Amino acid sequence: MVAIEDYGNYETAWCPGCGNHSILVAVKNALVSLELEPSQVLFVSGIGQAAKAPHYLKANVFNGLHGRALPVATGAKLSNTSLNVIVESGEGCSYGEGGNHFLAAIRRNIDITMIVHDNQVYGLTKGQSSPTSMEGFVTKTQPTGVVSSPFNPIAVAVTIKAGFVARGFSGRIDHLSGLIRKGISHKGFSLIDVLQPCVSFNKVNTFGWYNQRCYELPPDYNPFDWAEAISVSQEFGERIPIGVIYQNDRPSFEDHFAVLGKGPLAMQDVNLEALEEIVRSYG
Amino acid sequence: MRSVARGRKSKFLGIVDLVCLEATVEVFSWTFLVCNAFQLFPSKGRGHMIDNSINLVIGGEAGQGLVTLGQILAKALVREGYSIVVTQSYQSRIRGGHNTYTIRVSHEEIRAPKERIEVLVALDEETVLLHEKELSPEGIIIVNEASKISGGSRLQVPLRKLGSGKFYNVAALGVIGGLLGIGQECIGRTLDDFFGQHDKTLIDNNRIALAKGFGWMSAHPEAVRKLPPVRISRPHLAMDGNEAIALGAMSAGLKFFAFYPMTPATSIAVNLAACAERMGLIVEQAEDEIAAINMAIGASFAGAPSMVATSGGGFALMTEAVSLAGMTETPVVIVVSQRPGPSTGLPTRTEQGDLEFVLHAGHGEFPRAIFAPGTVEDCFHLTRKAFEIAEDSHGPVFLLTDQFLADSYRSVDPFKLEELSQVNTCTASVMPEGIYKTYAITDSGVSPRLFPGISSGCVQARRSEQLVVADSDEHSENGHLTEDLAVRKIMVEKRLRKLEVIRKQVVPPELTGDDQADLMLVCWGSTKGAVLEAASRLPAQGANVATLHLSQVWPLVPELLLKPLEAARRVVCVESNATGQLARLIHRETGFSIERRILRYDGLPITPEFILRELEVS
Repeated sequence: MVAIEDYGNYETAWCPGCGNHSILVAVKNALVSLELEPSQVLFVSGIGQAAKAPHYLKANVFNGLHGRALPVATGAKLSNTSLNVIVESGEGCSYGEGGNHFLAAIRRNIDITMIVHDNQVYGLTKGQSSPTSMEGFVTKTQPTGVVSSPFNPIAVAVTIKAGFVARGFSGRIDHLSGLIRKGISHKGFSLIDVLQPCVSFNKVNTFGWYNQRCYELPPDYNPFDWAEAISVSQEFGERIPIGVIYQNDRPSFEDHFAVLGKGPLAMQDVNLEALEEIVRSYG
Repeated sequence: MRSVARGRKSKFLGIVDLVCLEATVEVFSWTFLVCNAFQLFPSKGRGHMIDNSINLVIGGEAGQGLVTLGQILAKALVREGYSIVVTQSYQSRIRGGHNTYTIRVSHEEIRAPKERIEVLVALDEETVLLHEKELSPEGIIIVNEASKISGGSRLQVPLRKLGSGKFYNVAALGVIGGLLGIGQECIGRTLDDFFGQHDKTLIDNNRIALAKGFGWMSAHPEAVRKLPPVRISRPHLAMDGNEAIALGAMSAGLKFFAFYPMTPATSIAVNLAACAERMGLIVEQAEDEIAAINMAIGASFAGAPSMVATSGGGFALMTEAVSLAGMTETPVVIVVSQRPGPSTGLPTRTEQGDLEFVLHAGHGEFPRAIFAPGTVEDCFHLTRKAFEIAEDSHGPVFLLTDQFLADSYRSVDPFKLEELSQVNTCTASVMPEGIYKTYAITDSGVSPRLFPGISSGCVQARRSEQLVVADSDEHSENGHLTEDLAVRKIMVEKRLRKLEVIRKQVVPPELTGDDQADLMLVCWGSTKGAVLEAASRLPAQGANVATLHLSQVWPLVPELLLKPLEAARRVVCVESNATGQLARLIHRETGFSIERRILRYDGLPITPEFILRELEVS
């Protein structure tokens, strides 16, 4: 039996009231409910306040560069497919600096779960706009308000048919935990965009702002219906849907490589016979 | 693709060239003109570069099949036991432009390209105009029937009749084979291997066109100039530098390779991709170079020996992750195949302009090793060494090569694969007592290595004390980020101690010739062959010449360099760049100043003639 204590309990560097605390709890709960041991899980993160999350639980961790968590996770997953690889970072890391990797990971459909802490503002660098900041959002570096339109990660992911697309809210821990559990269980790429307040730098999109708007998709909602998901993915404003928005059964990236069925790459010796044959072809 | 280099290359893409060949048949029906009898091997030399080799240049537009023609010829020559050095010169385009495939061939061992041409096969008129002046006095030009340029040493062959349709290039191959005296059967077999042995009609038609080419040549004995027989015929392999890098990596235990296409590194990926299934490798074309190296680091962190390959611009994108490999202490082999910069530069030409860039790439201070192969064999063995050092020092290790060597087919001694070791990350993984610490402090600076989810000896990890934590932030021994500045200092010193691990295994500079030489030529990487040949020709002028070649350019060990440098009366550094980067590095590391430098930076490889000319003016 795996218990929540197995994942440790650490002092964090986060502000009191930050949504990160709740997300951390939801992640731990999901791992415990899946009976995953810490040694079976690899967290990969980038840089930012959210990217520190893996430091506050007990598991395998690679805390890499800003924006580059997905490629590191991709390499690690391919190297050892038995690992449950979870990418956890903020929206700046995931959709800004790492935007190209986000698109490529969805296209590959690699079996990685990507949890994005999305508070519509940069926290670690103290309050600049983020890719998901709303138009008109005023910061010290955008003093007249943000003019670029916000990136809608859910809409993009649904449009290019990501394997699993969900949105959660840090204020509803149990619901979020369920989404993370489903995402990890999904064979293929799973995105869980988590709305969360930033108590220090976002005075617009507060806990109350999100709490008022977020509504759970009804039980009869069918995430396998792409056309419906496209429509739902556009909804963000007065009402914000949370839940599994889209899902499909595309084969995952790793399934295309026979060698990955033989266990971790580290355990496989050089195929000398094949190599000798290859070298002979140069003769 | 960062730069389109044309439908090239290697045997894997032979079919592409075949298609191109079909498409251009109508345009180029060439005929050989008459040739004066010429002497390929004069008994007495005029100038220093008359030698026992034939330089055969095939020139034409991209898409005419000249690379296929060259590759088949090169391979047949190697199969016949000859020594070859191929130089490929091409433009950054898929069709058109002026391209050459140059084979220097000899019955004796050769290691460098040369400039003087003995046989010029001109698939278009531009080839004649551009290269006629490089023809040796006894040289021969094979030109297009429709050529307006006539006279001189030209050989005319009714090639259209010898090889109809797409087989006219094969007939040309027969003519060249007959001219040089290569076995018809050998070329025929090489043709079969190239185009596959399944299409009987194709094989038969190839053989017919080839026989007609040989037949025509035998009816014109006055033009035949046979290569001398090979004295010791032993089996050789024909391959270029990038193929040798791919083979070296696979033999060392490569399991993960990620790349973004960039000339002249792409053929490493092409070769690895062709072998991936058989060898159990993952070869992934990443969305960009940043992703490629981060993937390799992730794969290596999880236990797979990993490599990336790129050129200057792509490597510029990788530099932040080079630093990540340094900080997280993750082994990764990085091939930088140089081409002239800055920026996009000359995408398909050669240069050694990125030594200082690669040496300093990545922010912060951490150890690295940089190998610079001088030959195709070096490409194989030093790639293997790069994997070993990366594994021993837990960090980034570089292989610095260039377009000239990447594309240079050579005759290579077969590798004794069964005797070669492989990097086994599993046996290297050791679980120390107690809770595992990724960055445990040790005397050498190298910490015991485990992989996530795998415990010592590659058994599935089940215990929570076997967790692996790596961090790009400064970290404590357990891998978690820290801002304890005392720990910071300890960690900096731990990482830098690993340079000694690298230094202890450094490849010493290779000294040839007298250690009290009048003149010492210093070089690194791919210029080795040209420097050795230039040096071998100078004693004829009464000079006592030595060479010092560096196939590892970092770290430099002053003790290994100073003794030979100080013993020589005069030292000249030969490099394919404009500023003498190695000379300056040697000065920085040893205090020894090499003022006289022979530098080439026009995009072409350094030749023995270039060095000899430059020495004459100095």
